Amino acid sequence: EVYLEERLGELDLRSDSDVPYVPPPTDSTPEILKRALSGLSARWKNWWIRGILTLAMISGFFLIIYLGSFMLMLLVLSIQVKCYHEIITIGYRVYHSYDLPWFRSLSWYFLLCVNYFFYGETVADYFATFVQRREQLQFLIRYHRFISFALYLIGFCMFVLSLVKKHYRLQFYMFAWTHVTLLITVTQSHLVIQNLFEGMIWFLVPISSVICNDITAYIFGFFFGRTPLIKLSPKKTWEGFIGGFFSTVVFGFIFSYFLAQHQYFVCPEEYNSETNRFVTECEPSELFQMKKYSLPPLLQAVLGWEAVNMYPFQMHSIALSTFASLIGPFGGFFASGFKRAFKIKDFADTIPGHGGIMDRFDCQYLMATFVHVYITSFIRGPNPSKLLKQLLVLQPEQQLNVYKALKSHLIEKGILQPSLRG
Amino acid sequence: SDDTPEVLNRALSNLSSRWKNWWVRGILTLAMITFFFIIIYLGPMVLMTIVMCVQIKCFHEIITIGYNVYHSYDLPWFRTLSWYFLLCVNYFFYGETVTDYFFTLVQREEPLRILSKYHRFISFALYLTGFCMFVLSLVKKHYRLQFYMFGWTHVTLLIIVTQSHLIIHNLFEGMIWFIVPISCVICNDIMAYMFGFFFGRTPLIKLSPKKTWEGFIGGFFATVLFGLLLSYVMSGYRCFTCPVEFNNDTNSFTVDCEPSELFQLQEYNIPLVLQSVLGWKTVRMYPFQIHSIALSTFASLIGPFGGFFASGFKRAFKIKDFANTIPGHGGIMDRFDCQYLMATFVNVYIASFIRGPNPSKLIQQFLTLRPDQQLHIFNTLKAHLVDKGLL
Repeated sequence: EVYLEERLGELDLRSDSDVPYVPPPTDSTPEILKRALSGLSARWKNWWIRGILTLAMISGFFLIIYLGSFMLMLLVLSIQVKCYHEIITIGYRVYHSYDLPWFRSLSWYFLLCVNYFFYGETVADYFATFVQRREQLQFLIRYHRFISFALYLIGFCMFVLSLVKKHYRLQFYMFAWTHVTLLITVTQSHLVIQNLFEGMIWFLVPISSVICNDITAYIFGFFFGRTPLIKLSPKKTWEGFIGGFFSTVVFGFIFSYFLAQHQYFVCPEEYNSETNRFVTECEPSELFQMKKYSLPPLLQAVLGWEAVNMYPFQMHSIALSTFASLIGPFGGFFASGFKRAFKIKDFADTIPGHGGIMDRFDCQYLMATFVHVYITSFIRGPNPSKLLKQLLVLQPEQQLNVYKALKSHLIEKGILQPSLRG
Repeated sequence: SDDTPEVLNRALSNLSSRWKNWWVRGILTLAMITFFFIIIYLGPMVLMTIVMCVQIKCFHEIITIGYNVYHSYDLPWFRTLSWYFLLCVNYFFYGETVTDYFFTLVQREEPLRILSKYHRFISFALYLTGFCMFVLSLVKKHYRLQFYMFGWTHVTLLIIVTQSHLIIHNLFEGMIWFIVPISCVICNDIMAYMFGFFFGRTPLIKLSPKKTWEGFIGGFFATVLFGLLLSYVMSGYRCFTCPVEFNNDTNSFTVDCEPSELFQLQEYNIPLVLQSVLGWKTVRMYPFQIHSIALSTFASLIGPFGGFFASGFKRAFKIKDFANTIPGHGGIMDRFDCQYLMATFVNVYIASFIRGPNPSKLIQQFLTLRPDQQLHIFNTLKAHLVDKGLL
């Protein structure tokens, strides 16, 4: 206990009152908008700016979807890098650690390493045929984990060697800050890409549900809001929360109906090695084929129909929208708590009227993990081509054992007819 | 506070303080090594339990330091939440391991089967519950403290639980993959200390003033030699070299198999340089011994960085030891700080250079595919085997 008494006083953490106040970012609204809206009062002006930027972002979103999955991947990657940059910058400001120049380089280096690891795994899986043809890539893929680990270790050793007397605690804080940020931003973006490869619909519906929940909760709160929801975010109300929930479920339901009809959205991404492009063409799975559902008697009386034609995916969309409306906001509360803890108004001032990229994506980040876990638990099994690839890498003796086990299983299930030769 | 048992205190009361310290450390070292041998003898199940206990103790030590640093004993929710997160992450990792290795057992018991089918979903739901509880527990004026503790908990989990999980994976690969790395790190610790004690002159790094270059290099060569000898002795016994399998009929672990090529003696030609020195033309060695050189090298060269990291951490938070669990040595974490990089290295090494994917896991995945996919894979595999002349 004696040693603990001698703690450095510079970061007294008994209360939040000593956190340096980060001044609000300067107004970065473009001149054009300012002139156009100069006539209106401050409140309406703010509302118009937010509205225009919202429409701009949604249009940008549609444009990227039209351009295809490769552009989407790039977009996800850029957003990830920007979010990482925003959070790290906050860390620097809180800890006044601009005088440790090594740290900037190390943080970006770790980001590069972790991305290399995750994207290397994805590339190996999905671009299997492309990779098989090139020798250098073969080597990189085979020893991928080892190479990634070696790269990470180099960063770790550099960190240890860069420890400077009197700054130990600061450096450890930044190290931990970097790692937690990586854990949050890079894992999420990787899972978003995995969902995307499953089919664009698995990318579009969750993200739109979160955005819709954001907007409809705001609108319901604006018109009907009375009871505050949580102390962390005083602007949120129960009316907004519940109204947003129902609207999002309905929106998800209708939106899935439209998307499920087009192969472009529904099919898993495949990389065609001949044309060197992504193709989304396939036989739509059962999820995306219309089925007749009998309505429960209660709804029958209300709606007057006996049965309804729906895509099974729409049932799943209810689960996704429910998560987006009920649990997604917790991601937003977490971010609000974080901003209050470090006395910042917004993560950054990238988007006028909205704040930083992280401000827009704070509710999304739990969604991506949920969708991924949902898909692996309830929708698809393992990837057959990946499985085959792993089978072919086994020792011959193991392959024979596996072959025998598979054969007996298939015969038992009646999928394979037992032949006389066995 | 001085935790040395009364017995030892009385026995050593005559000696001067410096020698007393040395004796205490020495006795405890021997006690720990003996304990290590006993649990190896007792088998994989006991080893798994011990790894689990060590993990929980390390987690407890680091979290306690966090509490002391941040004076956060007045936030009672936080203790509960930290232990809850530990439970969640362990449930996730051990669930995955159990599903892989105890596959047939799991398939037979109904509740286990459902738990394993929806394992990821259940783990995620449990974690989310903890996350939402954290958000709801945020108290005005204590936001920053709570976020710090949240971050601290997660980084600790990342370090401690992943490592212990990887150690168990290495263990299942074969006890030799568990024993040799750990012994090499311990040996390096002891040898570097001894070389430093007798020959130490040039300081190695400002972080740990007691470490010297002589100790570092002497420890390196001694550890490589030790690794070679230990691997030679262990490779002869099946109980160390065979992967741990769970036998469904006897409901226990078995280590019985045909030793893989790694553990069969081979003749190696000695390079000309060494021939003149040693006078032999060829030598009979296990291929595993070559791998042990890689493991020992890592233990001696990179393992100490884990120790420096822990030293920096202790200086940063002005603590002498992580805890007082072991007299003369400090806490459990003090003993294991160099180990934690080792476990990851061994796991990555095995995955990259030694074994391919686990066949039983592949069969498991196969059984969840659709019939048409299963047929396709079966036919491709058949064609491949016919091609290779195995069928």
